[in-house]
Amino acid sequence: MTTPLRLKELSKKEDRFTHGHRMCSGCGAPIIVKMVLLASEYPVVACSSTGCLEVSSCISLLTAWKIPWIHSAFENAAATIAGTETMYRALKKQGKIDKEIKFITFCGDGGTYDIGFQSLSGAMERGHDMLYICYDNGAYMNTGIQRSSATPFGADTTTNPAGSKIPGKLQKRKDLTKIMAAHNIPYVAQASPAHWQDLIKKVRKAFEIKGPKFMNVIAPCNRGWRSRTDDAIALCRLAVDTCYWPLYEVENGVTKITFKPKEKKPIVEFLKPQGRFKHLFKPENEWMLKKIQEDIDHEWELLQKCSVVEEKAKAEEK
Amino acid sequence: MKIPGWKELTPGAVILQAGNATEFKTGSWRSFKPKWKEENCIQCLFCWIYCPDMSVKVKDGKRGEFDYDFCKGCGICALECPGKKGNKAIVMEEEDK
Repeated sequence: MTTPLRLKELSKKEDRFTHGHRMCSGCGAPIIVKMVLLASEYPVVACSSTGCLEVSSCISLLTAWKIPWIHSAFENAAATIAGTETMYRALKKQGKIDKEIKFITFCGDGGTYDIGFQSLSGAMERGHDMLYICYDNGAYMNTGIQRSSATPFGADTTTNPAGSKIPGKLQKRKDLTKIMAAHNIPYVAQASPAHWQDLIKKVRKAFEIKGPKFMNVIAPCNRGWRSRTDDAIALCRLAVDTCYWPLYEVENGVTKITFKPKEKKPIVEFLKPQGRFKHLFKPENEWMLKKIQEDIDHEWELLQKCSVVEEKAKAEEK
Repeated sequence: MKIPGWKELTPGAVILQAGNATEFKTGSWRSFKPKWKEENCIQCLFCWIYCPDMSVKVKDGKRGEFDYDFCKGCGICALECPGKKGNKAIVMEEEDK
């Protein structure tokens, strides 16, 4: 029943997220939404909290969603979909509905890491059968690039401007994927749209698991990252190859790296094309580059230690 | 598009027609235009999966023309295009005035 994981077969399916949305040219978020909705045949109900995706996919009387979609406030997208899911279960029990429906939340990093965190944490703890997808572009891009707790160390944002006083953000980003894994939910994953097969596989896997699921997906924002409009996918690939954004999943507490770069590239390659890290290449900020590299090496080391058999993952990839 | 008055609006401003954003054409945002060269195309469909604006028309698994009504000209397709023997199948050209 499931479409084979080949672009030729996938392209025969109908887009459930249409053109005519008003995301910026070269935005990463609609690519992710498209891939997620392509992943399965299940009817899907989605919800988005305030953010780029929400405001520009549904402006006044026009919607780009071909699925039932709810706009929710910034802090309670997870609670909204949890309520919808509960209603669905009640109706199913009463025999008023017999379809198998899946529930997804699409939120940005501001609505997930910061403002919506309590409702997300609560919904995960209550064990609703839902998939929460965070598209992480690393700042409040919708309102004008303010720092969020997903903003990486050293990045220049409008509330953390790099200048003579501070060299960009001085705090490290929150590792939300690990925080969600610590909720002991059945499935947590980190994905990137550049590796579309990996992303779609993870979504399919998540749909087959009963209970709360969480996915963190990197989403380039050329306005906020101060990069070119055409390198969204190239940057995602670099993020994975430099191990800034490792692709892994935690299934029932077991960590598995799903993609291991053949050759780990230096982080500079990921930072260089982005204007938000421009100041790090000044001689006085060299220590920051060094620190970023050290932190990434350390995180990667830790992840490899706690992950099981990468060879098995590799064999599955083939 | 006709803007309805408040009496014609649905309660809660719910939109009953799914996917009606297709009425809003975003093609005019473009400053660079992707051009497809069929002779260099290997039908990998990377342009289709990576297009943020669903502007690559694909029929029966075969790539068709761009949908210039909606393409915003970001250039992701041109950058990701593997091409044939080093010749890209998608090139970006400046939009003429």
